[in-house]
Amino acid sequence: MTPLPLTFDQPHPFPGKLIIVEGIDGSGKSTQLLLLQKWLEAKGFNVFFTEWNSSELVRDTTRRGKKSKALTPTTFSLLHATDFASRLYHNILPPLKAGMLVLADRYVYTAFARDAVRGVSPAWVRKLYNFAIRPDMAFYFKVPIEIAIDRLLKGTRAQLKYYEAGMDLGLSQDLTESFRIFQSRILAEYDKIVDEYGMITMDATKDIEVQQNQMRQVVSEALENYKPKRGTHGKRTLFWRRFNVPRSE
Amino acid sequence: MESGRYFGDGLTYLDPSDLKGKLIAIEGTDGVGRSTHIEMIQEWLEVQGYGVVTTGWTRSSLMSKTIEVAKQGNILDRWSFSLLYATDFADRLEHQIIPALRSGFIVLADRYIYTAFARDFVRSGDRAWIRNVFGFALVPDLVCYLRIDVDTLALRVIETKGMNFWESGMDLKLGTDLYDSFKKYQALLIEEFDKMAEEFHFEVVDARKPPEEIQEALRAKIQPMLKNGRQPEAAGATVAETPIPSAGS
Repeated sequence: MTPLPLTFDQPHPFPGKLIIVEGIDGSGKSTQLLLLQKWLEAKGFNVFFTEWNSSELVRDTTRRGKKSKALTPTTFSLLHATDFASRLYHNILPPLKAGMLVLADRYVYTAFARDAVRGVSPAWVRKLYNFAIRPDMAFYFKVPIEIAIDRLLKGTRAQLKYYEAGMDLGLSQDLTESFRIFQSRILAEYDKIVDEYGMITMDATKDIEVQQNQMRQVVSEALENYKPKRGTHGKRTLFWRRFNVPRSE
Repeated sequence: MESGRYFGDGLTYLDPSDLKGKLIAIEGTDGVGRSTHIEMIQEWLEVQGYGVVTTGWTRSSLMSKTIEVAKQGNILDRWSFSLLYATDFADRLEHQIIPALRSGFIVLADRYIYTAFARDFVRSGDRAWIRNVFGFALVPDLVCYLRIDVDTLALRVIETKGMNFWESGMDLKLGTDLYDSFKKYQALLIEEFDKMAEEFHFEVVDARKPPEEIQEALRAKIQPMLKNGRQPEAAGATVAETPIPSAGS
């Protein structure tokens, strides 16, 4: 009955810290977040990882909707918001309240950028996600579109996906070309969002270790006053393993 | 709907101005007899030669299964709860309601956004967020509200299908057993419906009366809309030029 006083426009009151990464596919954000996680865990922090579109409740529905290509911009947006709500409640809030570090691969900004490009009202999406927790640190991995495509086609994911390429928008019959147009538009949206929310922009064209060093420096400064809560299992490395969620995208 | 419009931030990619049909929502709490009356109204309209499409809460092809699964104990938080229904509604709006209206059908909606408003408010005490979420909904041409008091409702539900977990709002833990919880939860819903009836100018129909009188009353509310320039018999009548009567009671 009592409404949670949390809204996206104010800092959260919890002892934990929320660090998120954003960027288009192929920007290298997931690699960077994984390396950051390794480093934080090695330092003995309790780290919890969560990624976009991964809640049990909605994952199957999204998959089914995508498969039958029945999703509209609005249902696409709402399904992702439902997924986010479920993860916020189950995966993000408890560790934050417990004083842990939460790392999120993609956050609400992904919705702000993608849904706007799909033609949903930008004001509406922002209101939709008003229940989200404001992150303590938000990194944006900025990369030119050609480098992202190059990484995706040469990398482990040799194929671009239908919705990731924005094929539902009918921009081009060619998957790569559609990806180029769609993701370029998302880049333009991200540029606006970075300013709007004061995200930390990373030059994602640099070498992996250079970016990571920079990221670690920013994070360690921000964590200077952070007092990690240590449970009874605090020093057992096996414990951390339990939080290594299999990575999909 | 000659002047189709959205409730809030609408579907920016869909122009609602060319929707020829009429959208009629039948609202009211659980067990009040909405579906029975909708069936009878459909029959009555079809006999008169109108094309009728009915749409009901959680009946979308995208979401109905997901909502079933969620109801079996996987939703605990207010946001996922409301967003699941919002997604279901959006799917039906874009795939059923708008196409039917565009083709000139009368759409009878068994529950509409006001059900979601009442349920979310009872769970959160906040009206703003859920109303923003449903900004993409079309404002109905007519909302008929089947109004009942909670004592009569409780008797009726016990006599017919019995009380169930969700209709008793057991997730809110308002009472120690099904009956107490049902009464408290439904009383809260009815209170909120009553407030919305004034705010959004519902046509209120007393649902404590015998079914034939309720049906009579519903038809009397719907009839004036039908003559608004579309029905062949009414074409020459003076009412042809008059605008849709405002739904105020």
